[in-house]
Amino acid sequence: MKLLRCPINGLRPIQEFYYGGEYRPMPDPDASTDAQWADYVFNRDGAPGVRLEWWYHLASGVWFLAEHDTARDVFLRTFLFEELGQG
Amino acid sequence: MPYQLLRFALNKKYPEPCMFPTPERLKPRYDVVIIGGGGHGLACAYYLARDHGIRNVAVLEKSYIGAGGTGRNTAIVRSNYLTPEGVALYDESVRLFQDLSDDLDLNLFYSRRGHFTLAHSDASLRTMRWRAEVNKHLGVDSEVVDRQFIKAKCPEIDLDCGHNAPVMGALYHPPGAIARHDAVAWGYGRAACQRGVEIHQGTTVTGIRTEGDRVTAVETNRGVIETRCVLSAVAGYTPRITSMVGLRTPITVHPLQACVTEPLKPWLNVIMVSASLHIYVSQSSRGELVMGASLDPYEVHSTRSTLDFVEGLAGHLLELFPFLWDVKLLRQWAGLSDMTPDFSPIMGTTRIDGFLIDAGWGTWGFKATPVSGKTMAWTIAHGRDHDLVKPFRLSRFEEFDLVGEKGAASVGH
Ligand SMILES: Cc1cc2nc3c(=O)[nH]c(=O)nc-3n(C[C@H](O)[C@H](O)[C@H](O)COP(=O)(O)OP(=O)(O)OC[C@H]3O[C@@H](n4cnc5c(N)ncnc54)[C@H](O)[C@@H]3O)c2cc1C
Repeated sequence: MKLLRCPINGLRPIQEFYYGGEYRPMPDPDASTDAQWADYVFNRDGAPGVRLEWWYHLASGVWFLAEHDTARDVFLRTFLFEELGQG
Repeated sequence: MPYQLLRFALNKKYPEPCMFPTPERLKPRYDVVIIGGGGHGLACAYYLARDHGIRNVAVLEKSYIGAGGTGRNTAIVRSNYLTPEGVALYDESVRLFQDLSDDLDLNLFYSRRGHFTLAHSDASLRTMRWRAEVNKHLGVDSEVVDRQFIKAKCPEIDLDCGHNAPVMGALYHPPGAIARHDAVAWGYGRAACQRGVEIHQGTTVTGIRTEGDRVTAVETNRGVIETRCVLSAVAGYTPRITSMVGLRTPITVHPLQACVTEPLKPWLNVIMVSASLHIYVSQSSRGELVMGASLDPYEVHSTRSTLDFVEGLAGHLLELFPFLWDVKLLRQWAGLSDMTPDFSPIMGTTRIDGFLIDAGWGTWGFKATPVSGKTMAWTIAHGRDHDLVKPFRLSRFEEFDLVGEKGAASVGH
């Protein structure tokens, strides 16, 4: 069984989680052109590698971030949004 | 070995049959380089040579022919989509399939079955009605049918689904078919080779050179090839190729799994899909039940299979067909699906001169093999997008002009 570590509830089976997509900072909607906005809305970094993703623990309603290696399907670390940028 | 037999084995008049000659080396230059020896790349090569006389073409395949989605799909062919653009594209493909075995001189085991998409709620019945009206308007055989009709065509089904989510009706599409997927790739590959195309298996594209916004060469593990026209037809590997030329796309890659049971006597003549139960099933000509579900829930670039998948699928299968409880699973596998936000492909020219794309085929691209090959060959030969391809151009996203097919493509592939 594949496990994922919720920053609040600890290791749980992956079926308890919902994948929320790649983490992408939102550009300022008022300052961006239509093309920049479309790029934000639609385009993704689909190539394999390590990147940040949004995950949601269904049972407890916790949204958090996960560093996921999409080539090997390994989760390197998970943490709450507040801790972003704190290494 | 008896002498009479050995004589034939050694006789030059009866050489070992070989579907694809293996050219020794890459030429320094090709008019067109196609990345990806799946059905789409091979079909495009075939139509380039047959319809447009463009024969100095190389198909580069990093693994073996059909190693990608082409050899992993569940081979469903249908055209009962939701948008007029989608229906027009897929229906042309169904038309091309009709005489493809003759055309390629290879039995593709194309078998017309009739395709049911079950509705378990008012909401899905409404979508079925919508699809049926769009289909009929465009001349595609498709209608909403009631429970009696389904039961008559498939007496084994439990329409009450164990009283969990009773079937209320279905969208019925008589032309829905299955075919032998490997044969489609082999047939196109052989016919392309016979017309002068070179297929290089074991050849990985590692880079694409451009000058300004123009393609000049392709780098491979076997050397550099000059060319002014590259088609990327690599499905689940597309983001790796587009990043070589700095193109951004909405494509994300998810595994899609499938499985087969041990062979059974023929009992299921139709293709049965239930989006609510996340399951579809057909019976192959060998008697195996070929089954699948929707995408794996998160992005991974790996073709591992999971117990989660078979567990979920087997549970739902028993809701529809309880008598299958003691049937054994034989094989399970996965392929990579290049998903787009609107569940439609991405095809045609791009802002980079000489770089064309045929991707975003997600879970639905096998049926489009003939039409994508044909229209992409036309697009390469004419230097502009074929009419059927235009709605699927990459720039539709920045133009906010999507072709929403999710309602017709998420579980029924
Ligand atoms: C389980 C499953 C079930 C499916 N069921 C259906 C179905 O019922 N009906 C349907 O219509 N569709 C279905 N599909 C979708 C369908 O399989 C694909 O859309 C289709 O096969 C894509 O074909 P292709 O030729 O574009 O790509 P592929 O067949 O994936 O070929 C791409 C090729 O490119 C090669 N390649 C990648 N990178 C490189 C490189 N750098 N250099 C050289 N070569 C490279 C790969 O090795 C591969 O062989 C299913 C898919 C899966 C996984």
